[in-house]
Amino acid sequence: MNDSSERGKFGRYGGQFVPEVLMPALYELETGYLKYREDPNFQRELDTYLSDFAGRPTPLYHAKRLSREYGATIYLKREDLVHGGAHKLNNAIGQALLAKYMGKERIIAETGAGQHGIATAMAAASVGIASEVYMGVTDMKRQQMNVYRMELMGCKVHPVTSGSQTLKDAINEAMRDWVANVETTHYLLGSVVGPHPYPSLVRDLQSVVGREARAQILEKEKRLPDSIIACTGGGSNSIGIFYPFLKDDVKLYAIEAGGSGLRNTKTAALHSASLSTGSEGILHGARTKILQDEYGQILESHSIAPGLDYAGVGPELAYLAETGRIIPANVQDDEALAAFHELSRLEGIIPALESAHALAYLKKAEGELEDLIIVNISGRGDKDLKSVMELQR
Amino acid sequence: MKDVSEAFTDKKALITYICAGDPKIDATEAIVEALIRGGTDLIELGLPFSDPIADGPTIQAATQRALKEGMNPDLFFKLAKKLPGDVPYAVMTYYNLIFHRGIERFVRDCKESGISGIIVPDLPPEEAGELHETSMRYGVHSIHFIAPTTRRERIERITRDASGFIYLVARLGVTGAREDLKEETRSLIERVKTPIPKAVGFGISTPAQVREVIRSGADGAIVGSAIVEIIAKNKDNIRRTCEEVERFTRRLKEGITG
Ligand SMILES: Cc1ncc(COP(=O)(O)O)c(C=O)c1O
Repeated sequence: MNDSSERGKFGRYGGQFVPEVLMPALYELETGYLKYREDPNFQRELDTYLSDFAGRPTPLYHAKRLSREYGATIYLKREDLVHGGAHKLNNAIGQALLAKYMGKERIIAETGAGQHGIATAMAAASVGIASEVYMGVTDMKRQQMNVYRMELMGCKVHPVTSGSQTLKDAINEAMRDWVANVETTHYLLGSVVGPHPYPSLVRDLQSVVGREARAQILEKEKRLPDSIIACTGGGSNSIGIFYPFLKDDVKLYAIEAGGSGLRNTKTAALHSASLSTGSEGILHGARTKILQDEYGQILESHSIAPGLDYAGVGPELAYLAETGRIIPANVQDDEALAAFHELSRLEGIIPALESAHALAYLKKAEGELEDLIIVNISGRGDKDLKSVMELQR
Repeated sequence: MKDVSEAFTDKKALITYICAGDPKIDATEAIVEALIRGGTDLIELGLPFSDPIADGPTIQAATQRALKEGMNPDLFFKLAKKLPGDVPYAVMTYYNLIFHRGIERFVRDCKESGISGIIVPDLPPEEAGELHETSMRYGVHSIHFIAPTTRRERIERITRDASGFIYLVARLGVTGAREDLKEETRSLIERVKTPIPKAVGFGISTPAQVREVIRSGADGAIVGSAIVEIIAKNKDNIRRTCEEVERFTRRLKEGITG
């Protein structure tokens, strides 16, 4: 956490826009994190969890048939092979362990697709802390299996019936819980969003992805990649893989969900492209790029990929996009779906619909990308089979 | 235009909250008049935001109703201008609506429509600099919060910058009616030592609770969800709402004076 001139700020983005009740908890979290990341016991325990529980390091896989298809050398960073099926556990296990070291009795989290909820349930069970997850009723219906998975691991899932009943409302509800139980509870936020220190904390925990990828590509190709492509909802898998390359001459593409088009109705966006089309505002504790109406009311968002379906984005990504260091782009639902099928057929890897957005950019940007490319496969697609099947009918 | 500080001049204050535009845009004026007849000393007008993280189910529902009716900041200020000048007004809203309108413009709109206090539950002092400074320039109070979790050095810093009154959060949690008043509320009132009036809110819903916080040394009691519940119950009958709101406000006021 050494990113800013002002505490918790990335340029003018970030900050801590939360009720006063939570401020002491945010300070406590920051202090706890700074302390334990220097603590050899904590680090050793985290490393063991990452290797023996999460299954790290994940491979960097040379996707030969995909490479041939696009006339480039394409590597896949296999976060789909992390325990639970997505990169989400990298963050969840780190924060759950931190919560335990800080003496918290209870962990709460929000989830959209259920991936972060599952990662939280797994992490909490393995470190031995009670967990409760907030999930919109709409998402619970779409992801019944994931609800059951969480429950199997001893996690209590709270249905959220307010607002649009999706991720944004689940975060609202988790924050309300935290306000009421802040003294005993750690809020395990699932992406690089929210008030400081979350964007830095989650980035640091996810940057294991980029550190591994960097060492792996240097070993295999003896050079750095020309481009890295990652899907971007809140932005944790993208900043996770980008971060160790920020100072290098590597193009970094943050691919957002273009949904069914970059248009808005009065109360909803048909997409989730906050980085590419959003405007500045404050959502869930941070100043960042958000989807909002003419008065600053938050719009509902849309994506075929539930994990990208969010009206905001991490403040550091907003900053990096503004400075030109990362390149925001977006692909639509149907392009992602095509990429989902393509990778399954060509490589025998079924990607998450979220990750399929990153893959779809290979086609969209054809000709523009230079030779050596890493695509972050943030998760596997098992969770999406039902919705893809339904779409096909 | 009355200044929010006048609510506390030589007396303890009853502060009531309603969400502007709930249940109908044109009901707000009548409900405000009912609150005034009932004896409120200050009215906190909610400007509804789509994602009210500091509010419980009652005020969330009011927010949804008002947004559905089409309440927005333009209408809000237009409406505020028409309200009777018998009592001072403060606006309660979330920071994105202020930020989006532009801080200077928002504060100027408050000033011009007779609103002399701005209450923003998701704006801690760390981020409040610009709003606070702009408000002072316009002679509007930006109201600070102190919570049960706020420790001593922080309390000192917040009270030093405070203006108008200080909003003491009665307990951990969001807004909403609660039965009991905890020891933590009493201890918070005692811990905050300042010449600026202290008003206690979040979970205060009965005349007995109003009496209790005032006896514990608070200068004001803030009641929101209990009033919003009356409005929710009689959505289709504004006259009935107003009668009940007036009666209930009068009872709350007895908690202040008696
Ligand atoms: C597989 C997968 N990829 C990506 C995301 C998007 O999150 P982020 O942008 O924080 O990586 C999610 C979120 O649930 C996910 O499950």
